[in-house]
Order: sequence, then structure tokens, then C-alpha cells
Amino acid sequence: MTVKVPVVRDILEANEQLAEDNRRVFRDAGLFVINLMSGPGAGKTSLLERTIDALREEIRIGVIEGDIQSSYDAERIGQKGVQVVQLNTGGSCHLDGNMIKSSLQALDLHQLDLLMVENVGNLVCPAAFNLGEDMKAMLLSVAEGDDKPLKYPRMFQESRVLIINKIDLLPYVDCHVGKMRERALQLNAHLEIFEVSCRTGEGLSPWFDWLRRQVRDRKAEVDGTKT
Amino acid sequence: MHEMSIAQSVVDIILQESQNHQVNRVLSVAVKVGELSAVESESLKFCFNFLTKGTLAEGAKLEIERVQVTCRCQGCGSNFTVQGLVFVCPSCQSSEVEMVTGRELSVESFEAE
Repeated sequence: MTVKVPVVRDILEANEQLAEDNRRVFRDAGLFVINLMSGPGAGKTSLLERTIDALREEIRIGVIEGDIQSSYDAERIGQKGVQVVQLNTGGSCHLDGNMIKSSLQALDLHQLDLLMVENVGNLVCPAAFNLGEDMKAMLLSVAEGDDKPLKYPRMFQESRVLIINKIDLLPYVDCHVGKMRERALQLNAHLEIFEVSCRTGEGLSPWFDWLRRQVRDRKAEVDGTKT
Repeated sequence: MHEMSIAQSVVDIILQESQNHQVNRVLSVAVKVGELSAVESESLKFCFNFLTKGTLAEGAKLEIERVQVTCRCQGCGSNFTVQGLVFVCPSCQSSEVEMVTGRELSVESFEAE
């Protein structure tokens, strides 16, 4: 006899559960957590280096580096003297809740204010997997072209922040930043957009200020719940 | 690109539910896939067929229902289907819109004997 069994279960429920566990751990530690995503080579690690250099005296920053292979990025970040842990996905094209959970024991979360998770370079899959972060932020470099919002909509939809990087290359590439912004905002009207060059440092100050504000708000929130 | 891990989660759910319902063989599995989930149907089927080999879901048919991206306008309250990935209300032009469907990724039901 054939039976029809109703299920109605989220396929990603296992990941969602782990992300929720991570979120609780982050909350307990009073941390602000960003899941940083982009295609390969857009400048995630360079942005982290610049951010650490600018804010290290006032904000305690930790980094989780996600890569398919190698510890190259963690070594770069490690030179800055901040807490860093390298995750190798061994082929998987995105980080997931479980990988983050397993990496947390390598970090002293109570000694941090801000945790930046650098996802695997990929404009597709990372957007679908929550890690327990407070927000997703994405980078897009002008060298990649202003058509990317049309082709990879999900990532723009999920992100709170869009950092347009490598604006120093604008004279050499056929990229229209106005079009890029317009296309991104059509997907997500609430996107906070920064135009920067991690090479020259141009445009980074507003991003630093914005980050300071997020960390301060989180601290105020945590202090508020304690009293 | 991540169809293999999605397919593995589908298989895990199905095998777990099969055990709960004490069935011998799974004939078909119905899943919902939102258009914005970045999951490709043919690739998902391929991975599903591969992963079910040697299990009681071997040979089961994966039936995929694609779900359109729809939004509700927070300005005027109307519901609309998103065309060409422009998230702007066609009635009042507001971009204060909330996505209602399009991110789905769920196992709805399965048929078994």
C-alpha cells in the first residue's frame, strides 16, 4: 500500500539550529558578528587588514578566516596581532553553522568586541547559510563589473552592507558605480553602501565610523540587559 | 553550487521520517525550491539520485516545485510577483517591500510503501 507522508521541514533546519546556537554564544559574549562575503579577489582580507589597523586601539577584533584550502589569509591577519582562526572547508564552497561552531573553541570570545568572519570567496552559496551572525556584509570590486547585482541577486538581498572596493581602478575599467548602486538598491533598498579603495585607503573612514557605531550599540544593548 | 549538501539534507530528513513512519521503500519526494535559493533543479536531482543509492529511497523520484519570488508592499499593502528581480511595488513604486516567498527550501512530503 502506498502512503503519502506529510513532512514540511526546512531542508536547512540542521544548519539553522547550529546558527542559532552560535548566535546565543555570541550574545552571551556581547559580541557583534559580521559575515563578510564576496567573490574571490574582491578584497575581503585587505578590508580586514585596513579595518584592524584603523580600529585595533579601540575595538578588540577577532577574525575567522574561511578558505577552501591554505592558511595564507590567517597568516596575513595573524601578523596584525589579533585573534584569528583559519577554517579550511576542504572543497565546500561556503561556511556553515557547524564549521563556525567548531572554530569557536580556538577563540577567547570574552576578550573580543567584534568578530569578523571571512567567508569563502563565492557570490552564490554563502548567502544561503546563516552562521549566527548579526549581519551579512558583502564586497564587490569595480573590476568585477556593474552587472553583478543582476546575476547574483540573493547575496545583495541578504546583505545589510555593500562595500564597493577598488574605486582607484575606475579609470581603467568599464564599470559604472552609479549603475552598480542602482541595481543593488533595486534588490535591497536598505543596503548601506560604501565606496572604498583598500589599496589607497580612500573612502574607508565612513565604514570605520559605521562599524564603531554597531559595536557601541551592541555594548549598550548588553549593558542595558544587565542592569 | 551547493546542491550536494542540500541533497544530503533532503536524504537525511527522508530517511529519518521513513524510520518514524516505518515504511519499506520511498517512491517519491516532494520539495519546494524558491527561485532565490540559488539551487538548480537538475543538479539537485542528480545529487539526490546519487546519495539515495543503497538506501530505501533508492530510485525515488524527486519532485521539485519552484516557488516564485513574491513580496508584500509595506507602503500600500499589496502583494506582487517580482519581475526581473526589481524589488519595487508596481502599484505605488515603494521600495519598502518585504519578501514573502522565493527563499523556500523545504521537504513537503513523500510517498512510500
